[in-house]
Amino acid sequence: MKKILIALLLILSLLAFAGCSTNTKDNGNDEFIVAMVTNSGGVNDESFNSSAWEGLQRLSDETGVKVTYLESNQATDYLTNLDKLADQNCNLIWAIGFGMADSIITASSNNPDINYAIVDYSYEETPSNVTGVMFRAQESSFLVGYIAGKTTKSNQVGFVGGIENDVNVQFEYGYKAGVDYASKELGKEILVSSQYIESFGDTAKAKATASKMLLDGCDIIFHAAGGAGVGVIEAAKDANKYVIGVDKDQISLAPENVLTSSLKLVGNAVDIISKDFINGENIGGKTLTFGLKEDCVGIPDSNPNMDPKIYEDAMKLKQKIVDGFIQPPSNRQEYDEYKLTL
Amino acid sequence: MQLIIKILRKPITSTIIAILCGFFVASIILSLAGYNSIQTINVMFNGVFSRPKSIANVIIKSTPIILTGLSVAFAFKTGLFNIGAEGQYIMGTIFAVIMGIQFDFVPYIQVPLVIFSGMIAGALYGGIVGLLKSKFGIHEVITSIMLNWIALYMSNFIANTSVFHKPNTTGTYVINESSFTQVLYKWKTSRAGIAYLKNNSFLSDILLRTDLNYGIIIAIVLAIFISFFLLKTTKGFELRAVGLNNHASEFAGIDVKKNILHSMLIAGALSGLAGALTITGMSPHNISTISVFEGNGLNGLSVALIANSSPIGCIFAGLLFSGLIYGGQSVQSEVGVPSEIINIMIGTIVFFVALTRLIPQLANVFEKKVGKKNAN
Repeated sequence: MKKILIALLLILSLLAFAGCSTNTKDNGNDEFIVAMVTNSGGVNDESFNSSAWEGLQRLSDETGVKVTYLESNQATDYLTNLDKLADQNCNLIWAIGFGMADSIITASSNNPDINYAIVDYSYEETPSNVTGVMFRAQESSFLVGYIAGKTTKSNQVGFVGGIENDVNVQFEYGYKAGVDYASKELGKEILVSSQYIESFGDTAKAKATASKMLLDGCDIIFHAAGGAGVGVIEAAKDANKYVIGVDKDQISLAPENVLTSSLKLVGNAVDIISKDFINGENIGGKTLTFGLKEDCVGIPDSNPNMDPKIYEDAMKLKQKIVDGFIQPPSNRQEYDEYKLTL
Repeated sequence: MQLIIKILRKPITSTIIAILCGFFVASIILSLAGYNSIQTINVMFNGVFSRPKSIANVIIKSTPIILTGLSVAFAFKTGLFNIGAEGQYIMGTIFAVIMGIQFDFVPYIQVPLVIFSGMIAGALYGGIVGLLKSKFGIHEVITSIMLNWIALYMSNFIANTSVFHKPNTTGTYVINESSFTQVLYKWKTSRAGIAYLKNNSFLSDILLRTDLNYGIIIAIVLAIFISFFLLKTTKGFELRAVGLNNHASEFAGIDVKKNILHSMLIAGALSGLAGALTITGMSPHNISTISVFEGNGLNGLSVALIANSSPIGCIFAGLLFSGLIYGGQSVQSEVGVPSEIINIMIGTIVFFVALTRLIPQLANVFEKKVGKKNAN
């Protein structure tokens, strides 16, 4: 009996020594360590966090720098997580999500030698070792608005937003401008109803709002309501109408009903800025914006529910935005000015 | 042999053995998942003990779970399972934030005001559960789970109300600085303070780089007080009697219903205090929209279980738990173990600690053997 026990223990302790693999990538270039702190969604949130982590992994594969991440479970973890990474001699630390804005200020003043970058936030006064990263979401919203305008049969489309703030209105006015562009091209009036549900998590309210819009005659709804958007997609599925997804390709949620998605490719921006930083460029002290030109927002390559002709038109329109012939509006004021130019 | 039996009987030995067993099994799990377990556990310990500030962080993060642990342990002594600690904690944060934003008195008035309003909010929230249990006999687990969700959504509602919501964020404004309870907050953020701390690496490590606050002192004092209250006062005796056998207590003339209500009020106050102290003592000093529970109350359940519902034990159990969580985060960034595996690891260790009661039985087995030998 004793012998068997000892043998078992030996086997187990052998097992304990065996095996050593990690998912922090280290491809030999020890000069730089790039790290990221997730928000409470965690690294597998299928949204900005996972997109950013994919961007970092790509960075590691291409340049050989070491990349790593740290997940936050609650808001009080932000500062300690940023601090932990600073202790590990990271050179560039990413904060995924504007919830960390204040923590970044504290961390950056404690560690003046380390560069920080934050997604979706622009400071009024950016410290010299901090980079704000914003997305021109109005550009991809303009594209999907155009697609919606070209696709609609009832001449009525909808927009469901989360909470009305500076980031979220980019989607609304970009979308409205895109619809207007299509309506001018087709020479017909297209109505846009838009509504905010005052939440990014209230799926039920999103569904109710979207159902009401569909009942009122909309046949396509674009949602920019984060997690609550699932409710909009469900409503479209129930009514068998089209819905336009946001942030990532949401076709898998309703293969028959998702017309296209307005993508926000956080990972690409993370990749671009990190590379600039590694190449010795000074990225601190300013806010950088990314859009169609940098391939950081856009629409998916394959859209099975969309007319291929419309996709081609949309790609031509995309080129016009990239070349600067069209500047989609990002707020109400810009939208009003834009309408006059149509 | 007698000595071994004696040592095994001591509660502290069984806890240490349990922790070691937990680490051993956790290392097996780690190696099965393909990680170098020795290195991982090494990193975990380093993450906790390598620098003064990491120890400080473990202490800071243990404060709320010691208090929620205390809350659960206290209710447990009266025979109540306070799974509602999470909701009471959230209510504490909500009211601390409301008072902290609305008022701006001098710290001597402001800090007690903010903390007491959090405490009272928690107490009343716990009181609802106690009242429903004592008046109508509705089981406290059901009501408190429901109240947890109500608190979560109420917190999200407050975070989005225009009075408190900070535009372009997901949360409220930060509470007024006069309500902060960090150690020497004014001094360490002043010019003179920063200049002084620059030359003193030890102090700047624990003061500037952490949110070291007075919460832990309150937690320890309360743990000792609750222990005294339960063991040495008439009220404590009544509460424990109700927990041990409510029929017998009723027969002895103790008002069971009243004691259930009182127990939930105090337990709620402890959890609410945990929430208020988190708001006043730790950045970001506000509440944000959340979609899942942050887990301070639920971790309190684990803390109370590890401590075997002993109030003093909650201090050490809270420190252990917070050390595991904080060290676990080092493992994630340095070794690259995903958080799921780390949580399994922490879970295993806690599981073994919860099994400590097996160890004294082991002593009994040994004693029987020795007894037989002596008889022969």
